[in-house]
Amino acid sequence: MATIVTLADGVAELVRDGDAVAMEGFTHLIPFAAGHEVIRQRRRDLTLVRMTPDVIYDQLIGAGCARKLVFSWGGNPGVGSLHRFRDAVSEGWPVPLEIEEHSHAGMANRYVAGASGLPFAVLRGYVGTDLVKATSNIRPITCPFTGEVLTAVPALRPDVAIIHAQRADRDGNVQMWGIVGVQKEAVLASTRSLVTVEEIVDELPPQPGAVVLPTWAVTRVALAPGGSHPSYSHGFSIRDNDYYVSWDAISRDRETFTRWLDTEVFRRAAVAGGAESADRAAATGHEATA
Amino acid sequence: MTAATRVGVDDVAWTADEMMTVAAARALRDGQACFVGIGIPSTAANLARRTHAPRLVLVYESGTLGAKPRTLPLSIGDGVLAETADAVVSVPEVFNYWLQPGRVDVGFLGAAQIDRYANINTTLIGDDYRHPKVRLPGAGGAPEIAASCPEVIVVVRQSTRTFVERVDFITSVGHGSGPGDRARMGLRGAGPSMVITDLGILKPDPQTCVLTLSHVHPGVNVDKVRAATGWDLAVAADLAVTTPPTDTELAVLRELEATKGRTP
Repeated sequence: MATIVTLADGVAELVRDGDAVAMEGFTHLIPFAAGHEVIRQRRRDLTLVRMTPDVIYDQLIGAGCARKLVFSWGGNPGVGSLHRFRDAVSEGWPVPLEIEEHSHAGMANRYVAGASGLPFAVLRGYVGTDLVKATSNIRPITCPFTGEVLTAVPALRPDVAIIHAQRADRDGNVQMWGIVGVQKEAVLASTRSLVTVEEIVDELPPQPGAVVLPTWAVTRVALAPGGSHPSYSHGFSIRDNDYYVSWDAISRDRETFTRWLDTEVFRRAAVAGGAESADRAAATGHEATA
Repeated sequence: MTAATRVGVDDVAWTADEMMTVAAARALRDGQACFVGIGIPSTAANLARRTHAPRLVLVYESGTLGAKPRTLPLSIGDGVLAETADAVVSVPEVFNYWLQPGRVDVGFLGAAQIDRYANINTTLIGDDYRHPKVRLPGAGGAPEIAASCPEVIVVVRQSTRTFVERVDFITSVGHGSGPGDRARMGLRGAGPSMVITDLGILKPDPQTCVLTLSHVHPGVNVDKVRAATGWDLAVAADLAVTTPPTDTELAVLRELEATKGRTP
């Protein structure tokens, strides 16, 4: 049964130094507030797993939380490169970053295998690419029925998955809709899971196309309205495209980034992800955690 | 790196990027399903859907099948894609059920480097994987799009930095090292059928698979294309000049561009 906790308590309890952590959300429902809380609690040596380590992992990598990145596309969507990711890979700043690189199809199938309790997944993929040379866990496998040679990739089994969803009920059942990405698979593949939500309601109203994660498949739920910003929560907010564009200049330079980290993460409360979170926390008498 | 140079023909003016986008849109046929990446491929696919191909099916890797965005998305997962899609499926599903079996007719890809066999690099620049000169975003959906779509179209600006003798990293396979290579590797799609640039259009030679210049855009000559190619460029005997963008194509394209990343 998923119990409802504060975001700060959820991160403190579930995310440990050295863990493999998967924060998922494919453009939509990216758990930024939880990512910032991981930074605030100064977790270290994490293996960060994510198909598209966009701005959220650029922030975690720049803050020095990660030892390794497992991913398939590391850019700022529609904008360009991730400067903190580049700096960590090329210059080892602030700490060296090991990478394990796949394709989207490979990563998606690795989560499916993890969620399915299988040791590996099979797909038509990677053949002829240099990813096979760069990444040691992409291997050929022969179909026992047809003899055809396909590709095998190992299951992903993160220690903890963190996702953001539209809502949960008081029992901890989670409901999300719109672009649902690979979040269900990430939660089911992981040992522990933390779901932040826009709202907690008495009863989950039926919603077309919704994915429901039953409470017994989730470890902890935390209320974090606006917690996907600058990503978005379908039905609650829209993607803050200007933020993604402005991230390019903020992240390009180590000092500018460090200042951003200080004012926008360390000096803010864990309650919500939006720009007003510190004000909101101040207004309601909550103390910032850092 | 927006190509700002305007090319004038009969008082009609357009940028090299606009010509490239229009040429890419024309390569899509009505009723096809197209796997769309962000950037110029997305702009071109949306232009095609608003002009000659109203029944073009846009598939984005975020799992939005049949998206009909009113505004040009900034990312492959903008809300407008989900709101207007025929179906929204999970990411494992879009790759396993829709892309992998070859259900999506055309894959539209970009490139940081491309070689004469249309092999594509979007991973890194440099010769040391662990210590790259420039680290690029990586593979995303491209390797399996290049492998599984029945047809692949590449859209990329042409320069000697991009059109290289050897790509530093093969992220997505084009025609490998030549004829028969895709079949030997078990890749089911036919591979890149054309590479559309800001200077012209290249197509693989049916015998050798080597990219051969088939079209130059209006105002561009062969020497200019040669100078922007990092290998000895082959030119088709029946080299043609691309039909200039029509007033309608330009008007619709500019209207679209103005909506990029905007809230519908």
